[in-house]
Amino acid sequence: MASLDTPRIVSSRWSLPDSHTLSRYLDSGGYVALRKALTMFPEAVAAEVDAASLLGRGGAGFPAGRKWSMLRRSAISYLVVNGDESEPATFKDHYLVEHDPHQLVEGVIIAAYALQVSQAFIFLRGEFALGLERVQQAVNDAYEYGALGSTIFGSSFSLDIVVHPGAGAYICGEETALIEALEGKRGFPRIKPPFFPAAVGLYGEPTVVNNVETMSNLPWIVNNGGAAFAALGEGRSTGTRLFALAGRVRNPGVYEIEMVKNTFRDLIYDPRLGGGIIDDRAIKAIIPGGVSAPWFTPDLLDVPLGQDEVAAKGSMLGSGSIVVLDDTSCVVRATWRIVKFFSRESCGQCTPCREGSGWLERIMYRLEHGGGRAEDLDLLLDLSDNIAPGLTWPPQQTTICVLGPSIPSSIHSAITLFRDDFVAHVEHGSCPHV
Amino acid sequence: MSDQTPITVTVNGRSVEAQPGELLIEVAERAGTYVPRFCYHPRMEPVGVCRMCLVEVDGPRGATLQPACYLHVNDGMSVTTDSEKVKKAQDGVMEFLLANHPLDCPVCDKGGECPLQDQSLAHGSGETRFVEEKRHFIKPIEVGALVLLDRERCIQCSRCTRFAAEVAGEADIAFAGRGDLIEVAPSPTRPFDSVFSGNTVQICPVGALTAKPYRFTARPWDLDQVESTCTTCAVGCRIAVQSSGNRLTRVLGLDSDPVNHGWLCDKGRFTLDSVDAHEDDTDPLSSASRITEPLVRRDGVLVPVSWSEALERAATLLRAASDESPEAVGAIGGAALTNEGAYAWERVLRGVLGTENLDAQFGDGLDPALLQALAPATIDDAAAAPVVVTLTGDLREELPVLFLRLREAVVRHGHDLIEFGFGASALRSLAHWSLPVRPGEAHLVAAALAGESLAPGLIITDSDLRAVRERLGETGDGVVFVVGRPNLAEGAEVMERAIRLLAERFPAARFLPVLRRANVRGALDMGLAPGLRPGRSVAPSPAGRDTLAQIEAMVEGRQRAVVLLGGSLLGNVIDVERAREALASADVIAVTGHGDPTLAYADVVLPVAVAHERNGTVTNVEGRVSAVSAKLVAPGSAWSDVAVAVELAEQLGTTLPLTSLDVVAKMIEETTGYPALSVLSDDTTDGVLVNDPQGATLRRPLDPMAFPGIRGVDHVGLGELSGRTGALELDHVGATSPATLDRVVAGREVASIAADAYSLRLHASRRLYDRGVAMMGSPALAELIAMTRLHVHHADLDRLGVGTGDHVRVTGSGVSVDVSVVADDDVPRGVAEVFVNTVDDDGQNVLAALVSRPELVSLVRLETTR
Amino acid sequence: MSHLRTELRQRAEELVGLYPQRRSAMLPLLHLVQEQDGYLTPEGITEVAELTGTTEADVRGTASFYDMFHLEPVGRYVVGVCTNIACLLRGGEEMLAHASATLGCAVGGTSPDGLFTLEETECLADCDRAPVVQVNHRYVRTTTPELFDALVEDLRAGRRDHEIPPHGTLIRVRRAGGLHADHEEIVAQRASSRAARDERAKESQ
Ligand SMILES: Cc1cc2nc3c(=O)[nH]c(=O)nc-3n(C[C@H](O)[C@H](O)[C@H](O)COP(=O)(O)O)c2cc1C
Ligand code: SF4
Ligand code: FES
Repeated sequence: MASLDTPRIVSSRWSLPDSHTLSRYLDSGGYVALRKALTMFPEAVAAEVDAASLLGRGGAGFPAGRKWSMLRRSAISYLVVNGDESEPATFKDHYLVEHDPHQLVEGVIIAAYALQVSQAFIFLRGEFALGLERVQQAVNDAYEYGALGSTIFGSSFSLDIVVHPGAGAYICGEETALIEALEGKRGFPRIKPPFFPAAVGLYGEPTVVNNVETMSNLPWIVNNGGAAFAALGEGRSTGTRLFALAGRVRNPGVYEIEMVKNTFRDLIYDPRLGGGIIDDRAIKAIIPGGVSAPWFTPDLLDVPLGQDEVAAKGSMLGSGSIVVLDDTSCVVRATWRIVKFFSRESCGQCTPCREGSGWLERIMYRLEHGGGRAEDLDLLLDLSDNIAPGLTWPPQQTTICVLGPSIPSSIHSAITLFRDDFVAHVEHGSCPHV
Repeated sequence: MSDQTPITVTVNGRSVEAQPGELLIEVAERAGTYVPRFCYHPRMEPVGVCRMCLVEVDGPRGATLQPACYLHVNDGMSVTTDSEKVKKAQDGVMEFLLANHPLDCPVCDKGGECPLQDQSLAHGSGETRFVEEKRHFIKPIEVGALVLLDRERCIQCSRCTRFAAEVAGEADIAFAGRGDLIEVAPSPTRPFDSVFSGNTVQICPVGALTAKPYRFTARPWDLDQVESTCTTCAVGCRIAVQSSGNRLTRVLGLDSDPVNHGWLCDKGRFTLDSVDAHEDDTDPLSSASRITEPLVRRDGVLVPVSWSEALERAATLLRAASDESPEAVGAIGGAALTNEGAYAWERVLRGVLGTENLDAQFGDGLDPALLQALAPATIDDAAAAPVVVTLTGDLREELPVLFLRLREAVVRHGHDLIEFGFGASALRSLAHWSLPVRPGEAHLVAAALAGESLAPGLIITDSDLRAVRERLGETGDGVVFVVGRPNLAEGAEVMERAIRLLAERFPAARFLPVLRRANVRGALDMGLAPGLRPGRSVAPSPAGRDTLAQIEAMVEGRQRAVVLLGGSLLGNVIDVERAREALASADVIAVTGHGDPTLAYADVVLPVAVAHERNGTVTNVEGRVSAVSAKLVAPGSAWSDVAVAVELAEQLGTTLPLTSLDVVAKMIEETTGYPALSVLSDDTTDGVLVNDPQGATLRRPLDPMAFPGIRGVDHVGLGELSGRTGALELDHVGATSPATLDRVVAGREVASIAADAYSLRLHASRRLYDRGVAMMGSPALAELIAMTRLHVHHADLDRLGVGTGDHVRVTGSGVSVDVSVVADDDVPRGVAEVFVNTVDDDGQNVLAALVSRPELVSLVRLETTR
Repeated sequence: MSHLRTELRQRAEELVGLYPQRRSAMLPLLHLVQEQDGYLTPEGITEVAELTGTTEADVRGTASFYDMFHLEPVGRYVVGVCTNIACLLRGGEEMLAHASATLGCAVGGTSPDGLFTLEETECLADCDRAPVVQVNHRYVRTTTPELFDALVEDLRAGRRDHEIPPHGTLIRVRRAGGLHADHEEIVAQRASSRAARDERAKESQ
């Protein structure tokens, strides 16, 4: 059974009526943390976040406190919030921005205060039409309420937040592509070095980029102290985390549970959570952490949901998305669809990613829809190797950003784990499931 | 850079010295290891997108694959470029690039000189594992007037889009789409009509971008090449000129460090067809024709004759005039000559005919002695100066590649640009300060910069003035003034006075004078102006007529004969009507290779070789002497200028000891110290500076990946020349001296302007695409020739209640014309801008109609036509 | 003359003013053009180029990177059906095929009445209501063919227009309030607080 008696840190208001409004936010403890933070020295606020050991929730899992400490000193610096959430089957930030936009805004103001930045931007995925409305409303309310703008709550701190809409491009979740999009350009990730946002970011100035969920944790951390947060979870994975569960489970949804103390099995099978597999079928595979991650088979169901714990098994917790395939799902079809996603979303700069994703997609299409050849399996693996040499995890890179080396993950997993299914496709001439 | 301590980098076990921050790809190349590449271009910022240059770099987490093109080296860096892993990665990239690339090399323009083709031989398996359908596009699309795009051949290296946005600053092509559907696209509403568009074709590493004029005209292996210098304007870009048979096919920009960095403007690149594409046109009055035989006027018509007859006739006419008085003979032009040609003509005109009436400028230049007296700056100096001040016309229109160099200094290196804003200019958006200057005011603004109080009536603000003064500092140290003649409807004395004031006030500043015409600098340095002598020196008692004075003298009958060195007098002067009158009343001997309407007045026409048909040296704006080479044999019985000059002297009874080109070059060098023969025979440099003969810049090694299509050549110069100089008369050297500011005559006084509130002052500016010989004679470019209209600030138009597209009646010097106006707020208030040597929609030369006499400023009045 | 209506032009200028560099307003401005014209008209592109200080080719090129921008006319309702992994496992492809049949147009095409344009989308981040459908970027949560058909009926009859406005992701996004201190002042404030911080850091050593 899952351990669910820990506090809800970021999803506490989701079930309240009108949870997105200022009045509801205020009568459920809103903006108390900000008032408290403003009485502290900025570095003391940052120290709490560091003590909390809050790992970034956007995918890479980099400690927020560490990232903040790397911000280059400069007259002008920026805070950018990554709300582009386009990683397949990741839908937690969607809920955060629609159900508790003030919590996000408060988190952003706290972070901006701790970092002493001059302006903050909340970049929201363009397809979140309602989310954009609600976050903008929250920002408007915050100005009105005195929590934003000049001399916030009478302190000497002022801040401006701009809500910036994306326009439909997965790659803009990558932080440097996001910065390009925020500068009004095509979402081409920047070459690194030298463009590490904390050193050279938005408009060439030092910039911290953090995920929506990362920011949403801040009011709780300030209210309860970093130590209280760090007391939850285990090891490097502290606090609770939102897991987006999707696929062949009975109750797909976003669940906030304590890190490490729960396993994949808990999340998928606990009746208060995933509730098991539809029609009680058997699990065939689990994709933890987004479609860039190598797959798990059911024998790994008892791996705890912690960053290092999942990494130790050769995959990643990534964006907190967990997709379950059961024995009715076609792994070749699933792989093809994932590769098709990358091929459609590759920004197109790097040759291996641009051409490789398209080529792999076309081979996978043939395997699934007819025309697959036995030699295609080796070809798939060799082309994959040309994108991510060695097909190791974490991957080696031939490209500017890590979208490129993410492409081969599912192909490599699927062929390694389910080679027979591929062979069956070749022999049958197309997908035997249909 | 160079003042940092060098570091050591190991490439494949070999250590090589480098500067911190240098790019690995360059360091490796110095170590003898060429890293394959596509997107990298040494003249642009690296973007690292093609991933062809992956190499293994040792790091804390073991060796990882890193792109060499944007990795900055640091001390102790160890790099492997030949491991199995590197080879697999590079072969992999190559295979990916070819997956969607059509296999149409046999019909592709780039076939045979294609970086993709070349590298696929080195890094491809030769067999394709790609069995799917390739990407298809409707082919080809027109991205601009001169450039076509076959999208399926594109490998998305972004060299062209980066060139457009970063180098030219005209992002009229850009990537569209995403992923493997990405393509280079112009806007359907605004094509890529940059005057630099041809560069994108040159740097495209595949056959995706092609130049309309060149497309399918030749296969690379048929091409023959010489290196030369472009003489379309005075920047003097280094070029490779290629031909197939006796047909010019292509001009490519050479990567010359001090001058053009590989770039060219489209006029320099594409007007080659004005040289050899006109067999059918034999009308000597047509700019599209070539003069291939000597012509003499008989019974009112020009008829072909033998050389001896033509020379005899010319000599007779000149002798008749000079017998009357040496003052009755003169010569106009010479900027189209080589230095050797200019020198030979100087000897004939001054030495044999004894006239001082010589002028290589057309009344639109500046006092050459003054220019010689200024502390000189090179193009590199201007590009490196922390502060550049321009007192010029729109440099993108006048000296396009100089514009690119200055643009780079501002955009990439963050230098300050201060502009005297005479009219609309591409520099405007780059300038930190733009001081609006109306005709007749430049010297007043200069005086204000020099510290005098602001003259009444100027339209610059006090705060701008203060800021600019501060930027110029006490002595002008670190400042380069780029000075020219922006307004041809204004007396030269205004700019001359302004330049002089600045030179005197800022002794540490340097000057880059930008006379625009091809080899005008060389012609002046060879003495083709009143009071000058070959080798950049001035005569003690200057007398003689410049172009405008000669025109007046001919009209008044004081000058009976004129030699036109270059045929197009009418296309080069502002007051065309006066010039016609002058020509009609004098004997005219035209020395030219191109037809021109001016020849309607010629009595004798002597055909000469033109650009790409002759050898010699030329001098660019900064005083750099470099070689021009013949790629073609001149058509018909055209001779070299030197030969014509020498034979004419012979007819006049004097044997000049100028028996061959190399003799002339040697003579120039030995008698004046001016670089000539050494440049001609030199194959290691991009030319030699007149002021600094020791400081020649070594040529850069050819990188065929960056500049595909250019062949390596053993000889840049014309090789070891073995001529003998024989006994020379050195009479002309004697009592001359170099120009210095205090020796140069003070210049004419500048009168004050009696302008009334209702008149506008005329600003006549040059266009790159004007009705000059090269443009008119080039089928590829003739259609692009600019149309003139009257550009006026909207506030001045509002007063009349008219706007863009409306017609107004303009009155100037008693003549009225109807022209269409454009509201253009880049033009200062109170000014009307028109283009030189262009016509409006109705075919009228508006400027010529409005300006009838050189005056300090030309005033015009506008009225509505209603 | 502005191509954008007065009210939109004003919003556009406000947007430009929000950012330290005007090009940053590119994406929101393009959303505004679509709000007015339904797609990115050449006139709209020219105006965005002018507002952002870029060129038409640049604006077009930038816009074409993003799926939400249309360079060709589209229907009044853009219907997006997700077929990415979570939806694939729960009938996304079948839903897309059904939508295509119901609307009478191919994927990527527009229905014969010009009302609907059908798109196959990548993950729309609402995976617990798979298969996910959006209309004009509003979640409609029609997870079965029957619900989808009912939705189409409603849309045809204009019954859902209050919740699904035609084009214009930002149609109800209005910024109110804003900073009342100017940027310079903020920068100065930060500088002094940083100096104070450095002071504290020194003391604590
Ligand atoms: C291809 C790609 C897509 C990404 N998409 C997202 C995203 O949608 N949301 C997000 O927060 N981070 C995303 N990231 C991670 C960001 O680059 C960045 O690490 C993150 O926003 C940092 O925030 P955090 O430290 O709070 O996690 C993505 C990264 C890559 C390489
Ligand atoms: S790896 Fe792919 S998505 Fe990332 S920068 Fe390169 S081409 Fe773009
Ligand atoms: S990535 Fe280095 S040359 Fe293209």
